[in-house]
Amino acid sequence: MSELLQFLISGLTVGAVYALVALGFTLVYHAADVVNFAQGEFVMLGGMVTVFAYAAGVPLPLAALLAVIVAVVVGLLLYWLAIAPARGASAVSLIIITIGASILLRGAAQIVFDKQFHKLPAFSGDAPIHLFGAVIQPQSLWVLGGAALVVLTLYYVMERTLIGKAVVATAANRLAARLVGVNVATVMALAFGGSAAIGAIAGILITPITLTSYDVGTLLALKGFAAAMLGGMGNPLGAVIGGLFLGLLESFGAGYVSSTYKDAIAFIVILAVLFVAPQGLVGRRKVERV
Amino acid sequence: MLEVKDLHSGYGRIDVLKGIGLEVHAGEVVALIGSNGAGKTTLLRALSGVQPVSGGEIRFLGQRIDKLAPHKRVGLGITQSPEGRQIFGPLSVADNLRLGAYLRKDDGIEADRERVYAMFPILKDKRDQQASGLSGGQQQMLAIGRALMGQPKLLLLDEPSLGLSPILVDQILDAVVAMRSSGITILLVEQNAAAALEIADRGYVIETGRIVHAGPAAELLTDPKVKAAYLGLD
Repeated sequence: MSELLQFLISGLTVGAVYALVALGFTLVYHAADVVNFAQGEFVMLGGMVTVFAYAAGVPLPLAALLAVIVAVVVGLLLYWLAIAPARGASAVSLIIITIGASILLRGAAQIVFDKQFHKLPAFSGDAPIHLFGAVIQPQSLWVLGGAALVVLTLYYVMERTLIGKAVVATAANRLAARLVGVNVATVMALAFGGSAAIGAIAGILITPITLTSYDVGTLLALKGFAAAMLGGMGNPLGAVIGGLFLGLLESFGAGYVSSTYKDAIAFIVILAVLFVAPQGLVGRRKVERV
Repeated sequence: MLEVKDLHSGYGRIDVLKGIGLEVHAGEVVALIGSNGAGKTTLLRALSGVQPVSGGEIRFLGQRIDKLAPHKRVGLGITQSPEGRQIFGPLSVADNLRLGAYLRKDDGIEADRERVYAMFPILKDKRDQQASGLSGGQQQMLAIGRALMGQPKLLLLDEPSLGLSPILVDQILDAVVAMRSSGITILLVEQNAAAALEIADRGYVIETGRIVHAGPAAELLTDPKVKAAYLGLD
């Protein structure tokens, strides 16, 4: 029982991070029709910038804020320098551009920072909380709470604000969005900036638990992509569910089967989704009205 | 109000507009008729800036607009109800209308939305429903209402009667007449040429990317060539 609870909590914690990465994928895919494989680098930037700013004496909250700002700037530059000039390119070309950008960012991080693993102190201490025989790290609560806050904020923006509705409208019908006066380029830049912020927050929250280094982005991007696929690409609710589900699968797989194959689970999920339900768990098949 | 001179546009290497020239004066309803593939929709899209042009000029209220981004043209007062409705399916009817006023900062938006509801009461009944659930005719009303929410000086209507029942066509055309009397200038594209010319002041006939006839609507209605080609009469 306590073992089950333990796996559940660690699964949800890592799943929340996958959910945030998946949410970033979804946001950009939704607004700009681009699958952004540099999404994981935003997570890396969030963690690494915070670590180095904190080590340089910046207080932790300010270091975290700085990291989010750096990630947003990188996200906007990625859009303006790499995606916007390639307007009209095929989906595959755009994916290759984002993969190229992610390699570039990883290489730059290796030079600007270093190749070591880095840790941040837990935000509210390391004293574990005991609950029904399971041990919870306080940082897990930060991750879960932070992820929930990000999801709620995004939900609020998309559902209740005019600019959020413009993003939904652009995703639903780009031609009509342009005809009512939405500047589609601004919406896409916003999506890249927003997804960068979300990724950076995920990176900051998880670093005290999993450590970070210049190359954590690759695996996180793939897992976040698997989660987004699992939830149905382009569906924010699905991204969250897909992320949590993938985290739980990994945690239980590592706990009950073998931790050797933990990372393989994400890829098995991708294959399973592609074979069995390409529209994802929550997504619907696209119906074209003629 | 709107002057188009020698406008060229195409898709890839295929020229669709081959030197279009037309004028729309303030307060008019101008009908643009022509068969499928003549270039009607391409012309309206070029006027809104969502279709690139390869030559010629477009002037609106004396100002060159052919290089302006689409949202700048909406800001100047040109809105469009596009062919095939193109509503925002996942958003509610009320949100679709709100987005029609996306660039507006004034406080008359709510009053204008009520005006659209008064014009098309069915939209008020369904205001909280997803637009994708509307019938074809209701989506058409929504597309027109959304274009009106932008406070247009010039309204571009692309095939507003396409696929609608005769009763709905009448309702839409009555709405066009009402819009004109409220001071909106209208460029109306229609395959239903007889209906369009009946409510229009002037008309242009477009064939394979060129204007081939122009004149007062009443004259075009009785022109033997136009009658034979577009009105299905001898």
